[in-house]
Amino acid sequence: MTVTYNFAYLDEQTKRMIRRAILKAIAIPGYQVPFASREMPMPYGWGTGGVQVTAAILGPTDILKVIDQGSDDTTNAVSIRKFFGRTAGVRTTTRTADATVIQTRHRIPETPLRDNQVLVFQVPIPEPLRFLEPRETETRRMHALEEYGLVQVKLYEDIARHGHIATTYAYPVKVDGRYVMDPSPIPKFDNPKMSDCPALQLFGAGREKRIYAIPPHTRVASLDFDDHPFERWRHPGRCALCGADDSFLDEVITDDHGTRMFVCSDTDFCEARRAAGHGPDAPGATAPDPARGTEASHG
Amino acid sequence: MNGADEPLLIAEGLTKWYGRQLGCRDVSFDIHEGEVLAVVGESGSGKSTLLQILSSLMTPDAGCVRYRMRDGVTRDIAALTEAERRFLFRTDWGYVHQDPAAGLRMAVSAGANVGERLMAIGARHYGRIRGSALDWLARVEIDPDRIDETPQNYSGGMRQRLQIARNLVTAPRLVFMDEPTGGLDVSVQARLLDLLRGLVAELGLAAIVVTHDLAVARLLSQRMLVMKGGAVIESGLTDQVLDDPREAYTQLLVSSILPP
Repeated sequence: MTVTYNFAYLDEQTKRMIRRAILKAIAIPGYQVPFASREMPMPYGWGTGGVQVTAAILGPTDILKVIDQGSDDTTNAVSIRKFFGRTAGVRTTTRTADATVIQTRHRIPETPLRDNQVLVFQVPIPEPLRFLEPRETETRRMHALEEYGLVQVKLYEDIARHGHIATTYAYPVKVDGRYVMDPSPIPKFDNPKMSDCPALQLFGAGREKRIYAIPPHTRVASLDFDDHPFERWRHPGRCALCGADDSFLDEVITDDHGTRMFVCSDTDFCEARRAAGHGPDAPGATAPDPARGTEASHG
Repeated sequence: MNGADEPLLIAEGLTKWYGRQLGCRDVSFDIHEGEVLAVVGESGSGKSTLLQILSSLMTPDAGCVRYRMRDGVTRDIAALTEAERRFLFRTDWGYVHQDPAAGLRMAVSAGANVGERLMAIGARHYGRIRGSALDWLARVEIDPDRIDETPQNYSGGMRQRLQIARNLVTAPRLVFMDEPTGGLDVSVQARLLDLLRGLVAELGLAAIVVTHDLAVARLLSQRMLVMKGGAVIESGLTDQVLDDPREAYTQLLVSSILPP
């Protein structure tokens, strides 16, 4: 017995419903649009929101790339890529430049995105005010009335406790001067890439049943204080494989004695650089300082 | 300063029913800048209902509350948009709850508690926000070294003082207080009252203090309303009411205080 699925798994009416939510989200940048999230054949937390958004926007000629923490070959990325390969029959790729739709978890690719590309984020908790104000009725009212003092309270607490803004991921942003938005758990290193990006950015939260969006070329500002401005952060040093000194690095522990190496978190970016002849032996390339502790860079 | 002659807040015929149960009936008064009004009465007399209506936390069934905004225009509170009302509530007004936990964010530091209102109205300079917080902690007699502790570590009296600092940081003109000394022991009460009296006089605050404690009313207020069964039965200058009560109920209240 063969099982046949509708194109991209979801039925057409569901896809229309999701597209309507997406259109509304694009019309009101940063606003969380509720939608009737469906059960998907994967657990919550694995990207059920992102998958539904991808399914709704995917066309037969699209080329899909899926990354998880920047990597194309982790379980989550591989299974979602296979899922759409099977249910939609679309071509898949690992190359950022070739893809028309990129579904991502926790990263924005290093290769700059261009127009006619769509970046779909998987979002666990879409509400940036959630940990400060548990009531949904109240957070909605705060968004409606633009009462965002509370987000600032969180940043204040960071500075009071750690001496600097210690939030490193899911760093709150203000979209187009209006809505405060959770950019999903991407490192704050990626925050500046969202601003004035030529690609469309869509965010899907399956469990929380919310979709939001950043239209192309929209101003996205990371929140901060005048005397404690927003700073990007990456591990200082170079990638141990391709020698890049401007990419976001993952720390990899290589034995039981604390030996570690830093490699690009974006595997496609790293592979492309190596194919182009870059390596750890590039002039001035050294292993990152093994000393504990890292420092901020203004990259 | 012709505006100063007009009342800051005018209450007219405030009535609230909870189903068939009366909350308060036909309460009218006005309050001027720098004036402290005490509302006294036993439990269930409608004091808290009145306070919630005045501070727009509840809508009355009849009557209206009018307030002279900072621009000098007196407006009906019910006619303000929700955004204006909430803005008023966290800038020009203060609300001191009986239970400090209801008025504070218990999980964030004292400094952030004081700074929240500043950040809510757009302050974005960490150093200056912290400076104001330190200043206010000192004014309410909290050791500035404890600015980064959460109110969970504070005693009941300190929490209440922190709540007051949090409310006063935006220089409000009117503060609502619901049993501000309730639940505190006598010596702490005395210190808090002393502090409150000093701050009210220094800042020229208008305050509406709901209390069942006549000593609080005598210490803080210039005028008072006595409520019973949802209605105001007696009003006037505090000293006059307390020294020469007219109504039988007020006489009973006054005589029920143990002589010093």
